[in-house]
This record gives sequence, C-alpha cells and structure tokens, in this order.
Amino acid sequence: MDLNLIPSEQQFRDEFRAWLETNVPEPWKGGTGAEDRDDYIEYLRDWQRKLYDGGWAGISWPREYGGRGATLMEQAIFQEELARANAPQLIGTIGLSLVGPTIIAMGTDAQKSRYLPKVLSGEEIWCQGFSEPNAGSDLAALGTKAIRDGDDFIVNGQKIWTSFAQLGDLCLLLVRTDSQAPKHKGITCLLADMHSEGVSVRPLRQMSGDSGFNEVFFSNVRVPLTQVLGEVNKGWTTAMTALLNERANLGTGIQVVFKRNLAALIARSRMVERNGRPASQDPIVRQKLAQAYLELEILRLNTNRALTSLSKTGVPGSEGSIQKLYWSEWNQRTQQTAQEILGPYGQLKDFDNGIWEYAYLRARGNTIEAGTSEIQRNIIAERVLGLPKSY
Amino acid sequence: MDFDLSKPQKLLKASARDFLTRECKLDRVRELMETSTAHDDRLWQTIADQGWTGLVVPEENGGLGLGLVELVVVAEEMGRACLPGAFLSTLTAAALVERAGSVAQRARYLEPIAAGELKATIAFLEESASWEVDEIKLKATREGGSFQLSGRKLFVPDAGIAELLICVARDRDGLALLPVERGAEGLSVKAMPSMDGTRKLHEVAFENVTVAEADVFGDDDARGALSGALEVGCVALCAEMVGGMQWVLDTTVEYAKTRQQFGRAIGSFQAVQHQCADMLLMTESARSATYYAAWALTAGDPGASVAVSIAKAYCSDVYREVGNRGIQVHGGVGFTWEHDLQLYYKRSKSSEVMFGDAAFHRERIARFIVDGGAA
Repeated sequence: MDLNLIPSEQQFRDEFRAWLETNVPEPWKGGTGAEDRDDYIEYLRDWQRKLYDGGWAGISWPREYGGRGATLMEQAIFQEELARANAPQLIGTIGLSLVGPTIIAMGTDAQKSRYLPKVLSGEEIWCQGFSEPNAGSDLAALGTKAIRDGDDFIVNGQKIWTSFAQLGDLCLLLVRTDSQAPKHKGITCLLADMHSEGVSVRPLRQMSGDSGFNEVFFSNVRVPLTQVLGEVNKGWTTAMTALLNERANLGTGIQVVFKRNLAALIARSRMVERNGRPASQDPIVRQKLAQAYLELEILRLNTNRALTSLSKTGVPGSEGSIQKLYWSEWNQRTQQTAQEILGPYGQLKDFDNGIWEYAYLRARGNTIEAGTSEIQRNIIAERVLGLPKSY
Repeated sequence: MDFDLSKPQKLLKASARDFLTRECKLDRVRELMETSTAHDDRLWQTIADQGWTGLVVPEENGGLGLGLVELVVVAEEMGRACLPGAFLSTLTAAALVERAGSVAQRARYLEPIAAGELKATIAFLEESASWEVDEIKLKATREGGSFQLSGRKLFVPDAGIAELLICVARDRDGLALLPVERGAEGLSVKAMPSMDGTRKLHEVAFENVTVAEADVFGDDDARGALSGALEVGCVALCAEMVGGMQWVLDTTVEYAKTRQQFGRAIGSFQAVQHQCADMLLMTESARSATYYAAWALTAGDPGASVAVSIAKAYCSDVYREVGNRGIQVHGGVGFTWEHDLQLYYKRSKSSEVMFGDAAFHRERIARFIVDGGAA
C-alpha cells in the first residue's frame, strides 16, 4: 500500500496543473439553469476545445486514437486537478467517456476514423438513446423498432431522459431489430445522426428548471447499415460495454462539483447566523458539516481503492454501482444539510446566485438517473454478495 | 498510487484469520465473557508467540517494528474473531511508552510487552467521560522526589488484568503520565459491569499512590505523545470494528441465502437484498477510511490526525448500523442470546464510545475544516 503518487503520476499531475493554471476560464457568471442557453453552451464548447488543443481531451483513450493512453489513476488525477482548478464541466462527456471507448472497443475502422476525432475536439456532441417510457430500469424491454429496408434501417419509436439531445449531433441508439427473439437478443446498437429527417427533440423541463434531458422521437428515420455498432441483434453486448465504461468512471467527475459545493457551504456557514452567532459555531451545524466532509473524503478513498482494483484486474466490475449509490445519496443528504444551515435563504433564487435552491432540487434526480439506487443495490446484492436473483 | 495491501500484508491477514479461527472460537469467546477479566493466559501467550503483542514495538525493544497497516490487518481479524481481552489496551499503552518514555523506560516496559509478559492499559476517562485532554482533572502533586496521586479514573479497560497502568493526570506544568504498577499501595480496581463482556471496564481509585519522579514518563510533550498513542489505539480499534462488520455481513448474507420463507431464499427478496447491499457499502467504506488512516499515520501525512477522526467517526456509526441490519435480516433468532450476533452487536457499542464517539470525532473534524478553513 502506498497512497503517494508514483513519479509518472506526479509528472502527469504537475503538467496538467501547470496547464490548467493558464487555461481555465473565468467561472460562469450567468447563473444556474443555463443548460439550454446559447451563451452557456458556447462557453462550454470553448472549454472543451481548449482542452483538446492542449492535448487533454480523451486522456484515457489509446494514443493511436488521439488520446494520451492515461492509466486509470491518471484519469482520477485529471478529475482531481479539474476540481482544484475550479474548471467548468465537460460538455462532450458522453462522447468522451461512453461513446468513444465503446467505438474503440467495437467499432469498424471507418466508424473510428469518422467519429473519434470529432468526439475529442468537441465538434460533435453525443447523446445516449437508451431509456424509453416503458423501458427504464428494465432497459432490455425497449421497443423502439428498426426495420431493414435495403441498406438502411428505418427507425420508429421514442426515447426519454436523453441528456444533451437538445445539443446532440449524434446518438448512441438502442433499437429492437428482432421482436420474435428473447428480449436481450433482438437489440441492435446504432450510431444515429440527430440531424436526420424524422428526428424530433422535445426538452423535458426538470423540477430544477433546466432542460438537461429530453424526449426524442424517431419517425421513419433512416440509419444506414454501416452505422451499426457491433453486430445486428447483439446490441445488448454493445450496450453493456458502454454501461461498463460509464460505471468504470466511478463518479470521479461528480466529486469535483461536490468538493467545491461543500467548501462553498462551509464558507457560507461562517456568514449566516444561527442563535445570534455564525452558524459555523453552532454545534449541530458543525456536526453536519463534518459528517458531509468525512463522507465525501471516504468517497474519495473508496474511489482510489476501486481504481487500484480496476487497474489490476482491467475489468470494470460492480465498483461503479457502489460508487453511484454512495455519491447520489451523499448529495441528497448534503443538500438537505445546506438547506438546514441556510434556513429560508436556501430557497431563494437570488441568494448566492440560486446555487442552493438549484443544487437541492438537482440532487433529487441523482438517485434516479443512470440507474436508480434500487437497481444499484440489486446489482451489489446479486453480483458482489451472490444473493439469488430477485427478478 | 496503490491502495491495496501488499503481498506480505495479504499473507499476514490470511495467517491471522487462520490462527484466530483455530485459537479463538466463538465458544471460547463466550466462556471468557463470563470471567471477570475476559483474559486467557494461554491464548495471550500464543498471540505473543505470533509476535502480535510486539507487532509495532520497535525492533530494538524486542518487537517486530512493523507499520500500522500491518497492525490494522491483524486487528481486523481480531475484530472478526471478537477476540476478548487486553490486546487493544496493551497496544495503546505500549504506543504511549514508546512516545513518552526514556530509553530505559522503553526497555523496561516494551520488552516484556512484546514478549507477552506484561499487559498494560491507560487510565484516561474521569467522571466527565470526556476524551478531551483538557477535561482531565485528576491531580498529580509533587512532594519531595515523588508524585502523589489521589482520585478516580473510570471506564479503564482491562485494569483488572493489566500489570501496568499509565495514569494521565494533571501536573502544575501540564499533563503528567504516571506509570502505576499492579499492587501499588493505595491503588484499587473495581469492575464496572457493562454490556460488552469481551472488554472489561473498571473504576480505578488512587489513594495517595506514590510514583517516584524518576519513574514518570518525562517526555516534554506529554500531550503530543498521548494523542499520538491514542491515534494508534483508535486506528487499531477501527480495524477491529471493520473486522466485526465483515463477520456480521458474511453471516447475514449466508443466512439470507439459506433461510427459506414463502418457498424461496429470503435473499431473493429485494427488501432483504437492499439491507445487505447497504451493509456491504458501509463495511467497505469503513475499511477504506481505516486503511487510509493507518497508512497516513505511518507515512507521517499531515492529514493523518483528521484521517483517524474520519475513520473513527464513520466506524462508530456504521458498525452499530451494520449490526442493526444484520439482526433485522436474521429476524427473531438474531435477537437471541444463543446467536453470536449479540457478541458483535455489544462490541459495536463498546467500540463506538471508546476513544471518543462519532460526535466527538466530528467536532475534531469541524475544527479542521470549519475553523481551520481546510475544506
């Protein structure tokens, strides 16, 4: 056991830290709920472009595909340094962390050369067309149909909860291509152009006010057969590869936001009053802040342990489920703590730019998106603890 | 970065598991619980023969001189076995001697400790039951060439069996650490019967107990030595707690796989599965926090003290909670005297409050992140 960075990791960190010092843009000043605002999107696009130009996009990808071949540990360092530098979020995250690695693993040469460079540059934004109104936790029950017509598939159906679809140029799309086969065996994964005729996007407004995710409707949309990722009717395998990549991510990115948010809460607690003194001097507030801090610190340690284990085995396992369960519930507890500390101020849209009102509501979605807490617990119970299947 | 046990550490852990499975069966634990000391001479000597009583004692004093990661690996297995007796007390006292003692004092006490010939404990808590050093009131008064001790210490673990008792007292110059040997005149020890029979607590009364000035641990920084020793004890205790959690988790999962209701294993019900999944998350998180604290202390990391408090605050809450969930999954049988879950459930409570409970350690963390601005 040695929690110190080895020299190559240290060098990676120093290099990235130095780069960030001169390249991180000023923090976004336009307030929250800006996910569908052009100026905010431009701000995020500029940031990804800068990372790309500096050679810091897709760092985990192999060098031959324009990445840096970074180890898992370096990827964690990358995220930690982004946190330290207060850097904006990555707009191309689905392409970089989910679609890109899946194309690298399963794509044809033509697909690789067509798509990968523009994922890195952020020129093309990807979304992920998995969930449907009747296929949420039970993803394999999806019903969006693709019927073969010459060299194309014709796609009809609906996706939902599709993040970034409103900006998306492309979609990693799961469709049913064989309705007679058992549900896992009739699914195909397509690389679909969101600008095709017949695609329409309806933003769903979240309770937090932003429109980060969408309903996407496909009406007789033609997708060439060359756009099949993996094999026809073997899309479930492709989907699992993609989801494992998503889960191998271990929430290192979200910890960035959490760390900053908690530091802001602690700073705030010194300014708001409780019983005639700063809230930060109130014993109950101190207990709650310490609890949030220690749990976040343990999240970081769990991440490092999972990274060590992933680095040795090379195969993402159930680590991601444990991480997801932990961070989503942490955020809900901590945003409630924030509300308790801030009292009536916490609900104001003008107080601290509305970050507390927004974060509280946004956290409510955390235990649902990307696999509910219940699904994560099912996975842990069955795959880690070996309990019998419940469904 | 490598957050995993090394190969030798894994071997040490496996051999500790084997050894304790053989030498410290739960039937024996139950027998020892019923005694007044929870101590077994033979078991103690075999533990010493393994080198465990001197695991972190420096080599020059007859120990193995290993680091705290090795210690937590062994302590975890002790917690899993619910090992009764004075290991933790002796370990913590030895850590104090190592930090506060002179060369001669170290030789005098650490060598027999490592050899398994001396058991020791620290008398810290008083009526306030506070682990805050500043709340220690017991006075040591200088008279001629010696100190006089009069007063009471409470909740002193293993005082009924320890041959050496280190009393933390207040001197005009600050803290004084006074070794009082078993049988000293004016020293009396009375049991404080409590929930967890594997770790006996005592009231220790001092009535004009005399300690020669030359015998007093003379380190200039008694406070630093004491907090350093308590950190070692604390991290070992956390490891014990992790081991206990692991036992409860394993036992509960096994039960959920075999116990049938409604014609199927109860482990196939999500209500039961989710309890088990949460138990795993808590156990693994406690392990991460504990291993990290052990590593940070050994590596001299500046954040080590906070890491210890993080581990203890977390373990204090979740060992109890893992016990709660485990008993709930077991149903009625989990609540019986006959089932071994009760041993761990009780140990989780005594461990929770030892060296400061979760609230105590959260306040320490708050001083660091809120007052110190370190978040």
